[in-house]
Amino acid sequence: MKFKRILRTAWEGLMLNKVRSFLTTLGVIIGVASVIVMMAVSAGAEASIAEQINALGANLIIVSPMRGVPGAGRTLLIDDAYAISEQVVGITGFSAEQSPAAQNIRTGGITLESIAVVGTTADFPEVRDYAVSEGRYFTADEDDRKAKVVILGSGIAKDLFGDESAIGQTITVDSTKVTVIGVMESKGLVADVDYDGRVYLPINLVFQKFMTSSPMGTDSVRTIYLKAESPEKIDSVIAQTSASLAERHDVDPAKPDFTVQTQQDIIATQEATTAAFRDLLAWVAGISLLVGGIGIMNIMLVSVTERTREIGLRQALGARASTVLMQFLIEAIILSLAGGLVGVLLGISGSYLFGAFGTMRTELVPLSIPLAFGAATIVGIFFGYYPATQAAKLDPIEALRRE
Amino acid sequence: MNDHLIEIKSMTKVYGMDEAAVSALAGVDVEVSRGEFVAIMGPSGSGKSTLMNILGCLDRPTAGTYILDGRNVSQMSKDELADIRNEKLGFIFQSFNLLPRLSALSNVMLPLLYNDDEISDEEAETIAITSLESVGLGSRLHHRPNQLSGGQQQRVAIARALVNKPPLILADEPTGNLDSKSSVEIMDILHSLHKNGATIVMVTHEPDIAEHAQRVICVKDGLILSDGRGGNNPCLARHNEKRMP
Repeated sequence: MKFKRILRTAWEGLMLNKVRSFLTTLGVIIGVASVIVMMAVSAGAEASIAEQINALGANLIIVSPMRGVPGAGRTLLIDDAYAISEQVVGITGFSAEQSPAAQNIRTGGITLESIAVVGTTADFPEVRDYAVSEGRYFTADEDDRKAKVVILGSGIAKDLFGDESAIGQTITVDSTKVTVIGVMESKGLVADVDYDGRVYLPINLVFQKFMTSSPMGTDSVRTIYLKAESPEKIDSVIAQTSASLAERHDVDPAKPDFTVQTQQDIIATQEATTAAFRDLLAWVAGISLLVGGIGIMNIMLVSVTERTREIGLRQALGARASTVLMQFLIEAIILSLAGGLVGVLLGISGSYLFGAFGTMRTELVPLSIPLAFGAATIVGIFFGYYPATQAAKLDPIEALRRE
Repeated sequence: MNDHLIEIKSMTKVYGMDEAAVSALAGVDVEVSRGEFVAIMGPSGSGKSTLMNILGCLDRPTAGTYILDGRNVSQMSKDELADIRNEKLGFIFQSFNLLPRLSALSNVMLPLLYNDDEISDEEAETIAITSLESVGLGSRLHHRPNQLSGGQQQRVAIARALVNKPPLILADEPTGNLDSKSSVEIMDILHSLHKNGATIVMVTHEPDIAEHAQRVICVKDGLILSDGRGGNNPCLARHNEKRMP
């Protein structure tokens, strides 16, 4: 029998019961669509994490206290930052940062409550790729002198002064009067931090005014950012920094109380976290595809039972066992391919809709389409084979006798 | 090739194994010449259904030979038997066995689909239409079986049996599900087929239907009790008695 005719016979078999055929494919449709959407969601999550970490600045090396080590929160000191800046070769600048408790800010009749205050050093705009849009940043000298100056995030400047220029104005942070010398460019939300909603002060002023009652003390820093001269220098800067800090802290370099990382390290760490999440999603989607396949097998078995007489007749008229097998196998494959096709379309449009209207960012993974479609085909062959062998195995005499 | 379309020699068929073995055919010899119209009769359990299944290449004998149209089919594989059924046999069943969702035309085309000959769809349709016209259903091509009377359905089945021009027509109780008027119609068609040279083997338990045949083979306990024409056929006689309470 010609393949084309087997194909047509299989198609006619499916069209006999359109609603049932559609319901049978539903499992595969959902399975395939969810594989594609899930992969798009996790790819989107990874991409946005990577983007945010890269937005911290280029060629950045990040030095932080080791988490989970007792007392480690206080181990990184401002003097460590000064020492690194003097000893380490290959950096263009450093930015030590400390964040005290949020403070109220007042000027004129306006009070802004609980505003994040960040103590930084003079290289902050350059190291963090975050430029001053109006006025200027403070100098190292002003930092050393604990000069009472402030640079505003663009959102704060707008809240306090509207369209007026903020430069030269005086604001009160908690009880300290400071003069606005600059306003940062708008940067928005990066890694859940609202850069525009913060104010930036010299770190030594922050130690003196806002850290005196903190358990962190008046000389510890949260993070030291170093900017390497070029990507090639990054490894050398890391090695020098680690050696220098280990010596200063008098710790075994193999068991440091600090971490020195690049953005790539942080991205890799984050990806390891999202990978577990992604694998879980893939399993869930894969299981729904499996359930879809079992649905196909179930319906095909019912169909073979219902059509026993038809199979017997076809055998009597000259259908070989292999022809009957092909007919039913092709029915199952058509079901799963149709399900796969609709699932792919649904998955692609679902990924876009999620990204456009949902809270999650999605990024369609091109590989997920052949992957999901291929999985659907394999499901069809795998779960269609058993019912098809049941049909092919029927004895024509028995089958014709069946009511 | 000789004149015998069917040659069966010392055929046995045993179901089951060892002590549970039941002998359905206990050594049967039959020859059917081309152009004969033969009826097979016998009580239930006589082995006539087994004989019919083997004649129809749906089953294989335990021992003995079956030569159909010059080919020894007794030990062929299942696939070979499927091909033989398609080429050499036309089946007419008691319950018609039409596929309910297909039109009369599509039902008649079915054997052509399983044919190895490379006939096009158009050719297949033409052949099927000719076959339906020959049984007087040229105006019912696109009717579904449930839109046809029992007699018409059986005529569709006959058209299907003829479509591959098989040398042998096997009819299993062809009038068993029909009223007497339709039965006459069907027997008339079988008669005219016979007149045009067809070889027909028919199983029936109705003596008046069997009497349409040239020759009646009476089967009992897996053996052929009598073979031939005539009023003293034990199967016909016994049935006649049984039918007169």
